[in-house]
Amino acid sequence: MITSFIVENSPALMVIVPFIAAFVAPLTGRVAPAVRAWIVGGAMAITSAITLLLASDVYAHGTRLYVFGAQAATQTIAPDSGGIPVRIMFTVDPMSALMLVITAVLAFAVVLYSLTSERDHTGLGSYYTLFLLMVTGILGMVSTGDIFNFFVFLEILSIASAGLIAFRIDGGIAVEAAIKYFVLSTLGALAVLIAIGIYYGQYNALNMALIAQRMQYTLLDQVALVLIVAALAMKCGAVPMHFWTPDAYSMAPSSITALLVVASQASLYGLFRAVFTLYNVTLNAACIGWLLIVLGVLSMVVGVTMAIPQKNVKRLMAYHAISQTGYMLLGVGVGLAVLGNQSFLSAFGYVAMEGGIFHIINHAMYKGLLFLTAGAIFFRIGTYDLNRMGGLGHSMKWTMVFFIIGALAIAGIPPFNGYASKLMIYESVFAFNPILSVIAMVVSILTLASFVKVFHSIFMGPVLPEYKDVKEVPRPMLIGMGILALVVIAFGLFPSIVVDTLVAPAAHALADQGMYIATVIGGGA
Amino acid sequence: MLANLPYIVVVVLFLIGLATIVLKRNLIKIFLGIVILESAVNLFIVSLGYREGGIAPIYTNAPGTLMVLPTPQALTLTSIVIGVATSALLLSFAIVIWKKYGSIEIGFLRRLKE
Repeated sequence: MITSFIVENSPALMVIVPFIAAFVAPLTGRVAPAVRAWIVGGAMAITSAITLLLASDVYAHGTRLYVFGAQAATQTIAPDSGGIPVRIMFTVDPMSALMLVITAVLAFAVVLYSLTSERDHTGLGSYYTLFLLMVTGILGMVSTGDIFNFFVFLEILSIASAGLIAFRIDGGIAVEAAIKYFVLSTLGALAVLIAIGIYYGQYNALNMALIAQRMQYTLLDQVALVLIVAALAMKCGAVPMHFWTPDAYSMAPSSITALLVVASQASLYGLFRAVFTLYNVTLNAACIGWLLIVLGVLSMVVGVTMAIPQKNVKRLMAYHAISQTGYMLLGVGVGLAVLGNQSFLSAFGYVAMEGGIFHIINHAMYKGLLFLTAGAIFFRIGTYDLNRMGGLGHSMKWTMVFFIIGALAIAGIPPFNGYASKLMIYESVFAFNPILSVIAMVVSILTLASFVKVFHSIFMGPVLPEYKDVKEVPRPMLIGMGILALVVIAFGLFPSIVVDTLVAPAAHALADQGMYIATVIGGGA
Repeated sequence: MLANLPYIVVVVLFLIGLATIVLKRNLIKIFLGIVILESAVNLFIVSLGYREGGIAPIYTNAPGTLMVLPTPQALTLTSIVIGVATSALLLSFAIVIWKKYGSIEIGFLRRLKE
């Protein structure tokens, strides 16, 4: 009875539970901080469980629809609405389900970690409120089927993230980073809103499936496409618009940086959703595909070359995050560039898209892990400056192991998950254009070089006198990092299972626009 | 021409907002530029739903069937609420910057660079 209720209403519950907990947590914090910790941890555990339940249901039974306010949750078109889906709905297809899995795993690991890492700071009531609002925003963004609703969740996410980036004021520097992030985010969100207005003015629809069905690709639609792609590429940190990324990533508390990685991936999801589901073959696929490829290659090369000279370990990791986002744009861009051509698509297009999408989930896990290890080091020694670190491998053994796992995964060394997805990208992109594949490999080698340097300067060498009393971080932080490390290893050891069960359905769901429309509007599409 | 007047105003407001953000060096003025941009977008959306001579879309005792569209108004309302939250957060950032640096000119915001 209760389980069927939860399964049936899981799309609504996974957004409502963190949302309510966000505003209950600061109230209970006034009674006792321990109660607040239990409420935040419990709410996040419930949210993750519901999300994973929903995702497994989607993978088993196909796309789940949840229409708010309708008599039945799957009644997309009300009988008196004249055949138009008027209500706000959540459309959870395998691509959304993949993003839900990423968010559930990472957010749970991060909450375990931050319950310990942040316990000595003030203002924790608002910290957890904003944290849970961020989770709400991400979950809503990746599952909504209504484009205005997407904008609302995007803004919830931006506002909560900006608040958290500025959370440690740090003499005003963190606030500078937050201003940079938030001004750009707001401009991006307004661009998305203009695009939504353009769609509404032309097609009288806000439902993504209905807009996709009515899409004519007029001049106005091209303007809207440019606005959406520019705004969301900025939000995910692709290169010509990446300026906010290193500042925001390095100034936010480390646990939040790990969640910001997922937030960037959610924007990437929005970008792919707009290009593939709203436009699909109506747009000039080769042109937009090449646009994504160029953005991707630029991000890869500029990201990694900017990362090498960095002295601050989190700035360095942030530039690597930009570089890795490039791989996803490259993989999915190749898939988009050959979208109209069925033989190319089945020869290498789907593999490229699967590689790009697989890299999204892998990147979230190992980059989240790396940022958490950086936070663990900061927790003990209080600096991010590489020149002032050294010899920590003697005292922080587990942190060192987790850092090695993350660093080898990001460099694409077998048997870790980064290797699995990068290999798929190399192979398929080589069939499309060999030069791109070579660039991708060179970037990977530079990534390895950079992380060898970082590893050496943090962990190797004799014990420095000022750090001789440093201890390993507390156990909840290790468990949080351990969850991510386990996922990194598991995905690296059994990539074919993950690709077949999680990634391939997502790639096909993303490419198949007709299926998406038919699921929402019915067979007569 | 007259029917397009709202859209012309939208473009003018949009350009004013953009120019304010790019050209001004005072944080408060930059933030006000964002508010102007938001107003431009809100005006754009609400004028999409306007019908010449239309009435409020309430069907009880409606004198005619020519009505303005209700959805853009709902969207605008939501967008205004989000805009208020945005401005509040931006202005609170300005307060912190003023307290820490003693100035809200962006020339002083250079400490992030290493």
